[in-house]
Amino acid sequence: MSSQAKAKKRYFKTIPQIPRIELFAPGHGLCAGCTAGTIVRHLLKAAGPNTILVEATGCVEVSTTLYPYTSWRIPWLHLAFENASAAASGVEAAIKVLKRKGVLDPNKPINIVVLGGDGGTYDIGFQSLSGMLERGHNVMYVLYDNEAYMNTGIQRSGGTPKYAWTTTTPAGKVWPGNLRNKKPIAEIVAAHRIPYVATANPAYPLDMLNKFKRGLEVEGPSFVHVLQPCPTGWRFDPRYGIKIARLATETGMWINWELDHGEFDVTVPVKRRKPVREYLKMQGRFKHLTDEQIREIQRMVDEEVERINKMVGREVIGPVEA
Amino acid sequence: MSIQKEIKWKRLPLSTNYAVAYAVKDLDVDVVAAYPITPQTTVVEKISEFIANGELDAEMIHVESEHSALSATVGASAAGARAFTATASQGLELMHEILHIASGLRMPVVMSVATRALSAPISIWNDYSDLMNARDASWVTLIVASAQEAYDTIVQAYKIAESPDVMLPVMVAYDGYIMSHTYEPVLVPEDPSIVLEFAPKNYNRLRLDPDRPMTFGTIANPDWYYEFKYQQVVAMKNAYRKAIEVDKEFGKVFGRSYGILETCCLDDADVVVLTYGGLYGTFLEAIRKMRENGVKVGAARLRLWRPFPAEDVVRELGGAKMLVVVDRAISYGAQISGPVAMEVMNAFYGDPDAPSIMSVVVGIGQRTVTSYTVREIVDYAFRVLERGRVPRETLYWGVRGVKYE
Ligand SMILES: Cc1ncc(C[n+]2csc(CCOP(=O)(O)OP(=O)(O)O)c2C)c(N)n1
Ligand code: SF4
Ligand SMILES: [Mg+2]
Repeated sequence: MSSQAKAKKRYFKTIPQIPRIELFAPGHGLCAGCTAGTIVRHLLKAAGPNTILVEATGCVEVSTTLYPYTSWRIPWLHLAFENASAAASGVEAAIKVLKRKGVLDPNKPINIVVLGGDGGTYDIGFQSLSGMLERGHNVMYVLYDNEAYMNTGIQRSGGTPKYAWTTTTPAGKVWPGNLRNKKPIAEIVAAHRIPYVATANPAYPLDMLNKFKRGLEVEGPSFVHVLQPCPTGWRFDPRYGIKIARLATETGMWINWELDHGEFDVTVPVKRRKPVREYLKMQGRFKHLTDEQIREIQRMVDEEVERINKMVGREVIGPVEA
Repeated sequence: MSIQKEIKWKRLPLSTNYAVAYAVKDLDVDVVAAYPITPQTTVVEKISEFIANGELDAEMIHVESEHSALSATVGASAAGARAFTATASQGLELMHEILHIASGLRMPVVMSVATRALSAPISIWNDYSDLMNARDASWVTLIVASAQEAYDTIVQAYKIAESPDVMLPVMVAYDGYIMSHTYEPVLVPEDPSIVLEFAPKNYNRLRLDPDRPMTFGTIANPDWYYEFKYQQVVAMKNAYRKAIEVDKEFGKVFGRSYGILETCCLDDADVVVLTYGGLYGTFLEAIRKMRENGVKVGAARLRLWRPFPAEDVVRELGGAKMLVVVDRAISYGAQISGPVAMEVMNAFYGDPDAPSIMSVVVGIGQRTVTSYTVREIVDYAFRVLERGRVPRETLYWGVRGVKYE
């Protein structure tokens, strides 16, 4: 892609440029300090009112649609946990054919967005997601990743990081917490060779908004993977959600990148990394970690940073500060 | 109505699966999402052909599972499209979760089911275990007995599903293989516009519309959930009236109607055999022959399974001394394990003049049922009548090692 096209896709450069429209109504039942609300509010600002959102079962779904109330000022659909991508495929196909048949205005663009949690994406909804991507539906999938099944009470998912405490991976005499690494979901999605894949973080709202906008703009499927700190499940004071999100990027635990038509870039470079300990120590789910385990996580992050820097071809993420 | 005479018909040799596909085409269905499973597959193959040739303008979603097939169908319906899917057996089982969601969301989708036995052991052959497992999913369910009836019933199904006082999904079922893959002459209108005139689309129903944003698929706590579910009870009641009405109307326009409970030779019949699906043809043949020989036997076919037409069953069949209900599915562990037999007993419950009711299971995994089998069952029923002791358990007819004298 030309550098011009690249320059064009920075739609929001300053905070005042963020649309003022509020399509996510207040009064929802998310926990105090839940960053999912922040993500959804910004998502709808980027998408605007001509958007249909299909949601997988999970925290956001149950907290925003308790009958007879709703937080959604756009048309919204929920069927089940594992099939949001399939339902959205049906919505997209319907909009397409109804436009063709003149039932709907063919000149009025309608965004179709899926919103799913990590359990609904990495695990149970993975098959329907893969099907939707492979078939090329013009849908943007947004994954809000709080790294566990939160709605059912903090059980481990395929997105839970190594050594994290969850209610099904408690740290005990035998288990050190979760035994496995996070599944590289965004890269697995990218292997479907869809036009646009990105990772984002609500502590960097402009970057996140630009990615939503770009995801909606491309022809065909797009995927935006957003880190979503969860005070209830990660065991931290509700006021620290965005601080922890920022630390995730500052430590290199979470890298904001995008893959736009095959071109890879890190959109939030980090000159000097903070040690992972600073991210881990703020969360109760990691409080049982030994120094050795923390060193192991640091080594894993160092390796990942090296791999990413190689992919970009220069040092976009620097070394750990002394 | 005079339209009936004006319709020009094409007489085509069609399997029941193909007849369903022709109906889908003539109804100008907007979105089809389906996954292959024997013996349903040729429905979707034919529809694909129609779309590929430009005979039907629809979006085909080649989903990666039946779970997604029904999910996409419901999604399309929520967005306002007329949507269709088809399945059988394991596919219907995989859809099970979404069956309840389709009806709970009141989506007027239509699905054809070429009924088939369930694993394990795996069997691609016919019985009605799949359909009967979907009994409580709040789908209007019709079971047809010929390819022509399948075409006609798919047309009726959309009219029932989309009527504002019903708004429930509809299943149209028929015998896998025995009907899905056998060819019959079927009358199809040369100009399909008559079909759309009969079952016009309503794009004005509640749907996902950015100009009128609405939330579909909410969460309901104990203070509201029950009301949602009770509305389905009412909708099912309305569907009963609607099914009768639409079938009559269909008869006026197209010259064919079926009723919801077909009967034959009921006058002075001591024994009446009730069954469903294509097997009814075999029953009719046997029973007509027995009639010729002076046996006082009648036959009936249940066409509307859900909502169950209890009053019609009591009114039409209550005059017999014995009612033999022949099922092709087993509710394991139940004293009376034929699903339709249970329902018939329920319909007569507390009626002092009720006939004796005997439950018989046949054709499991497509164990052959011939007119000879029918004669055997009827003979046995008469012997039971003479002895005066009606079995309190289901009879498993035709299984190795079990004999009823
Ligand atoms: C088929 C099915 N299995 C299990 C559940 C129970 N369930 C509902 S929400 C949920 C957890 C959702 O986790 P995630 O997708 O990570 O979203 P979060 O709640 O964390 O936002 C589970 C397990 C369900 N609704 N459906
Ligand atoms: S459990 Fe976590 S993700 Fe769910 S609403 Fe609460 S803070 Fe948000
Ligand atoms: Mg989660």
